[in-house]
Amino acid sequence: MSSAAVVLSIALVGVTAMGFGAARWGNANLSQLEEWALGGRSFGTVVSWFLLGGDLYTAYTFIAVPALIYGVGALGFFAVPYATIAYPIALVVLSRFWVVARRRGYLTNADFVRDRYGDRALEIAVALTGVVAAMPYIALQLVGMRAVFAQFSTLGAAGALPALSIAFVLLGAYTYVSGLRAPALIAFVKDTLIYVTVIAAIVVIPASLGGWQHVLTSSEAALAARPHPSSILLAPGQYFTYATMAFGSALSLFIYPHSITSVLAARSREVIRRNAALLPIYSLLLGLLALLGYCAIAAHIAPKDASNVVPLLFARFFPGWFTGVADAAIVIGALVPAAIMCIGAANLFASNVFREFSPERSSVETHVAKLLTLAIAAFALLTVFFVPVPFAIDFQLLGGALMLQIFPTFVLGLWTRWFHPKALLAGWTCGLAASCAMATATGFNANYTIHAFGGSLTGFIALYSLLINLLVSALLTVLLRAARLSEGLDRTSAMDYA
Amino acid sequence: MRRAAYVLLVLPFVGTLIPPIYNRAAPALFGLPFFYWYQLAWVLITAALLGLYIALTRERHDV
Repeated sequence: MSSAAVVLSIALVGVTAMGFGAARWGNANLSQLEEWALGGRSFGTVVSWFLLGGDLYTAYTFIAVPALIYGVGALGFFAVPYATIAYPIALVVLSRFWVVARRRGYLTNADFVRDRYGDRALEIAVALTGVVAAMPYIALQLVGMRAVFAQFSTLGAAGALPALSIAFVLLGAYTYVSGLRAPALIAFVKDTLIYVTVIAAIVVIPASLGGWQHVLTSSEAALAARPHPSSILLAPGQYFTYATMAFGSALSLFIYPHSITSVLAARSREVIRRNAALLPIYSLLLGLLALLGYCAIAAHIAPKDASNVVPLLFARFFPGWFTGVADAAIVIGALVPAAIMCIGAANLFASNVFREFSPERSSVETHVAKLLTLAIAAFALLTVFFVPVPFAIDFQLLGGALMLQIFPTFVLGLWTRWFHPKALLAGWTCGLAASCAMATATGFNANYTIHAFGGSLTGFIALYSLLINLLVSALLTVLLRAARLSEGLDRTSAMDYA
Repeated sequence: MRRAAYVLLVLPFVGTLIPPIYNRAAPALFGLPFFYWYQLAWVLITAALLGLYIALTRERHDV
């Protein structure tokens, strides 16, 4: 075994032990869904910071963002304004959601929707959106892990499958036993490794390539010489695309089931507020890492698949044992969010699709959620065996657009009951249909070009669909109200949000 | 006071969502074009603005 493989194996054995050991953390009764799925809602500022950071900044993010910069130049940097403005949004939306969720004991955002609108169909729509959007996200974490394991096998991607399966079966097992406490504890290891790796990369790699100025100059020349030329600055035609991608992505980040799960695990509203101000530290890291895409261009790294840019860069510039540390950062960086995503999706399914609401939340519900977590993990693993990677990426992109369609119901619903539940359901349906139509029409591009009034505007599909969704929701609300159709019972009161 | 504090939350959007104001190479910092270090700087500015917002709007029962 190479020294990198030894370091990686030791790290994986270590986090597996931590995952099982996490069951003893805080002496909790793990047959209660709140304890198993939300860590007893007991996490303070520090634990939440690691958990949310470990959850939102996934291995896939750290691989995909530099790969995007490598592929399209400046446009790929939209991830930075995205990861900046997500936090003022999070601060306002999540602190309000946390309060009502704690008051009324919600485990998911669909719990809130059921209470707020008294509409079972809308509740199921919101829950299923979360489950469907989470699936490709989990699969992409596995793709990130596979890229690392593949380096150690002469068979490439196929040779990585045994290691990948073992790692993921273990993940399923300790998540089943310990619930959210497992990824929360492992997140400390994950984030430490990620910070060490990225800081080392930022110090070592640009310097060995002659400094940032040289990296950027040679990237500019290389990008301009490509068959589809791009640049290290935006073309004026890309301004709107850049801004809509950043804005649309920021709106959807915190409504994913894995974000909601981590947020509801926080001990207090102030923990959420503080974290909104502290989590941008990760965004700084992400921004610096993004620039490694240019380092890869300057270093003449030319992989068949752009998502191998980062592992190849590490292997080129780091000594063997440190490559192992970097590999461990990627693999553990995939395990943490994958576990939380499985728990979040399982919660939605168990609480909002499978069963009618039971106020006492029986231990049966916990058992269903635990089994569903295993089922979701197994399904994601099978996806990686049988579904080609580009399809998973396309589907993840579409998943983001789908996720945003619950924005009017969930986020606007935190402030207003003006919208009619049936109108919201119709808006959601139209938003979904529009997302799918635009995605297929562009061959799964993130952006769609609208031609109107003699000009054209290329913008983020998710945001266009949201506009359609909002328009339909508002128009139908007016119509349904005029028709005096029952508006459903709102079980929350103004007091619940204060 | 609370309402005025909301302005702090709007500033990051103004700062980062209008590319024409920062889509330029000069002045560079540590060899990085303005486009990159300007947006990275906004990450830090946003964290500071949010910190200030939290301090201004803290309620007595918040822990």
